[in-house]
Amino acid sequence: MFYREAGDFKTSYTDDSQTFPIRFDRYRYYAVLVAAFAVVPFVINDYWVNAVFLPFLIYAIAAIGLNILVGYCGQVSLGTGGFMAVGAYACYKLMTGFPEVSIFFHIILAGGVTAAVCVLFGLPSLRIKGFYLAVATLAAQFFLVWLFNRVGWFYNYSASGQINAPERTIFGVPVTGAETAPWAAYLFCLVFVVASAIIARNLTRGMAGRKWMAIRDMDIAAEIIGVNPLKAKLSAFAVSGFFVGISGALFFAVYLGAVEVGEAFGINKSFLVLFMVIIGGLGSIFGSFAGAAFLVLLPVLLKNTLVGGLGWPTDLAAHLEFIIVGSLIIVFLIAEPHGLAQLWRVAKEKLRLWPFPH
Amino acid sequence: MKQKLMTAAFAALMATGPALAELTIVDTSYRTGPYAANGIPFSDGYQDYFTLLNERDGGIGGEKINLVECETGYNTEKGVECYEATKGAGSGALVYQPLSTGITYQLIPKATADGIPLHTMGYGRTSAKNGAVFRYVFNYPANYWDGASHAITHILNENGGDISGRKIALVYHNSAYGKEPIRTLENLAEKHGFELMLLPVDHPGQEQKSQWLQIRRERPDNVIMWGWGVMNQVAIQEAVNIRFPMDQFIGIWWSGSENDVKPAGAGADGYKALTFHNLGDDYPVYDDIRTHVVDAGKAAGAGDQVGTVLYNRGMYAAMLAAEAIKTAQEMHGVSAINAEQMRDGMENLVMTEEKMAALGLPNFGPEFSVSCENHGGNGYGAVSQWNFEAGEFELITDYYQSDQEIISQLVAEDSAQFAAENGIEPGC
Repeated sequence: MFYREAGDFKTSYTDDSQTFPIRFDRYRYYAVLVAAFAVVPFVINDYWVNAVFLPFLIYAIAAIGLNILVGYCGQVSLGTGGFMAVGAYACYKLMTGFPEVSIFFHIILAGGVTAAVCVLFGLPSLRIKGFYLAVATLAAQFFLVWLFNRVGWFYNYSASGQINAPERTIFGVPVTGAETAPWAAYLFCLVFVVASAIIARNLTRGMAGRKWMAIRDMDIAAEIIGVNPLKAKLSAFAVSGFFVGISGALFFAVYLGAVEVGEAFGINKSFLVLFMVIIGGLGSIFGSFAGAAFLVLLPVLLKNTLVGGLGWPTDLAAHLEFIIVGSLIIVFLIAEPHGLAQLWRVAKEKLRLWPFPH
Repeated sequence: MKQKLMTAAFAALMATGPALAELTIVDTSYRTGPYAANGIPFSDGYQDYFTLLNERDGGIGGEKINLVECETGYNTEKGVECYEATKGAGSGALVYQPLSTGITYQLIPKATADGIPLHTMGYGRTSAKNGAVFRYVFNYPANYWDGASHAITHILNENGGDISGRKIALVYHNSAYGKEPIRTLENLAEKHGFELMLLPVDHPGQEQKSQWLQIRRERPDNVIMWGWGVMNQVAIQEAVNIRFPMDQFIGIWWSGSENDVKPAGAGADGYKALTFHNLGDDYPVYDDIRTHVVDAGKAAGAGDQVGTVLYNRGMYAAMLAAEAIKTAQEMHGVSAINAEQMRDGMENLVMTEEKMAALGLPNFGPEFSVSCENHGGNGYGAVSQWNFEAGEFELITDYYQSDQEIISQLVAEDSAQFAAENGIEPGC
C-alpha cells in the first residue's frame, strides 16, 4: 500500500541508484538516524549503554568488516579476534604514546595499523582458498594473541600484562575511562558505526565491491574479465582489517576500558563475529547489524527474562541460554540459509505487493 | 527485529523491579564454564552465610539482606553487564566480590567512579593494598604477592633457610591473574639466590603437555602454581604423570581445593597449597548453617559443598563483609547503610580472635585490622597439604607473615604508577 515504488519518480541516475529507492524505506532510515542521534542519548543509562548499545554497535562494526572479507570477497577468515586485538593494542600504544592527539584519530589510525597487519596475513590468500585459508587466518589469530601476551612493549611492561585505557576527551567530554557519561560513549561509537556503514555500503556497490564479488563468485572468470586478484583480495583484506581494527579499538578503549588479550580477543571472538556475519547474512550491510543484534541482544534478553523475570537460578538460565541461542542458530540456518538479511528482503518483497498479492 | 528485541528486553527489565530489602549484596558467581568447579563452592559459601544471618538473626543489625546473584561465567564482558545490571538493585549494591582478577581490573575504575567498594579477597590488583590510591578497593586479608612470598618462605624453611642455586618453576595461568606474582618472585629470587623458571599456560588450561615436558627435562626443585579452574586439575594430573614429588609442588590458595586434587587420585597425596583461612567444617557456625540453611532447604546450589576449602573461603568472604557492615552500622548509627558507609566500615574493620570466636569461627583466620594506608591486612598465610587417605587438606604450618620489606616496596611502586596514570592524588 504505502510500501511501493509507484509515484516515486526518479529523474536522475543518482536518485535511481540510491541505497533506499523506496520512499518509505528512506524515511524509515532517516527516522532511525534521528532517533539514534537525537533521542536515544537522552534516555539511556549506564546499563543500557554498557550491556546493550556499546556491544551491539561495536560488534556491528566488526561484523561489517568481516562481512566485506567473507561475504563480499569470499575469503574465509578466522582471525577476527586477533585483528581486533591489533586494533586495541595499536590504540593503546597511540593513546599512551601521543596523549595530546585526539582519541578520534587514534582510533582511525588503529584501524589503519590493523589494515596493514591484515594485508600481511592476507598474502597467503593469493595461493590458498577456502578451508585452507581459514587455517592460515587461524594461525594469525593464535600468533597475534601470543605476541601481545609475550612482548612487554605492547602492554607498556605492566605487571599484569593488561592494558588500561586512560581518560581521553573529545571537545572536553570524556569518552574513555571511568568518568565517561553513557551518552558520550554511545554517541562516540555511533558516529563510527554510521560512518563505517556508509563507507562500506558505498564501497560494496562501487567498482571495488563489484571486483570483490567477482572474485567471490568465480576467481578465474574474474581474472579473465580483467579483475586483478592481487589487488582485489588484498584490498578486501585491508578494508576489512580497517573496520575490524576500529571495532577492536572501540571495544578496548570505550567499552571495556581494560583488556587482557587472551580473554577478550581469543578464538571465541573470531567465531562470534563469524556467526554474526553468517546469521545476519553474507554480503549484506544490514545483515551485519542484524547478526550483531541477534547475538548480542538475545543472551541479554534471555538472561533478563529467565533470571530477572521468572526468578530461575542463574546457572540454569546460563545453560538454557546456550541451548536456546544454539538451537535458534540452527533453526535459522535451516529455515533461511541466507540469514536474517534474506528474511528481511523477502519481507520487503511481500510488503511491496501487500495487500494485493496477485 | 532489533526494535522488538529491545522492547521485550526493556519490558523484562522493568518486570524484575527492585526488591525492597535494605542491604543489597551482589554475588557475581560463575556456575558455568571452565571455572565452574571452583566458582560453585565459593558462591554457595558466600550466599549460605548471608542466608544464615537472615534466617537466624533476621539480617544484620535488624536489616534483612537482599542477595542478588548474577552469572558471569568468569567472562569480563558478562561481568561488566552484571555490574551495570546489579549496581542499582534494591537500595544499591554495597560491595562487589567478583572472584576474577580480569573482572576486578574492569571494575576498579568503574566502582571507584560509582563509589561502590570492591572486596577482592586474595586476588585482584595487589597494589590495591595501598588505600591512599585505591580508595574503594580492598584486598584483605592477603594478596598474591603475600602468597608468592609465603611459598618461598615455606621452601626456605623446608631447606634450612638456604635456597641459593635451587631452581623454582612457576606454572601460571597466562592472564593478569597468573602474571601478578612474577615481579615479586623475581625480586625474591634476587634476594635468596634461586633461579626462577616461568611456564605460562593459556586459558583455559586443558593443554599443559609441553609445560610439564619442560619440567621433566629441566628438573626444577620446586614448582609453584598459579592456576584456576580446570587448569589446576590438569596440572596436578600432569605432575603425577611425570612423578614430580608432590611435597615440592605448592599451589596458591586458588589452586588448593578438593576439586583440584581428587581427579588425580592417590598420586596427588602430599600436594601443598597456601591458604589464608582455616579448613574443615569443625566449627560451631557450621552447625548453624546445617540447621538454619541446609536442612531448611534454603542452601544455595545443591547444598553439598559445606566444609570444602572454597566453600569456607566464600563463607569467610561473606563473614568479613557482614562484619564490615556491622562496623559501618556502628560508625554511622544507621542500620540501612549505603555503599559509601560500607566503604568506611571496610576501612575500619578489625578482626580479632574474640570476634571470630563469638561468630562461631574460633581460630578461623589470622587477626588483622584495616586502615586507610593499608587495605590489604597484614599478609598472614599458612600452608596446607592434601591427605588422600583422609580426603581433606590439613594445615601443616602456623600462620606466618610474608616478606613485608619486598612487598611494601612493590606496592608503593605499582600504586604510584597507577596514581600517575590515572591522575589520582594519593591521600588519606
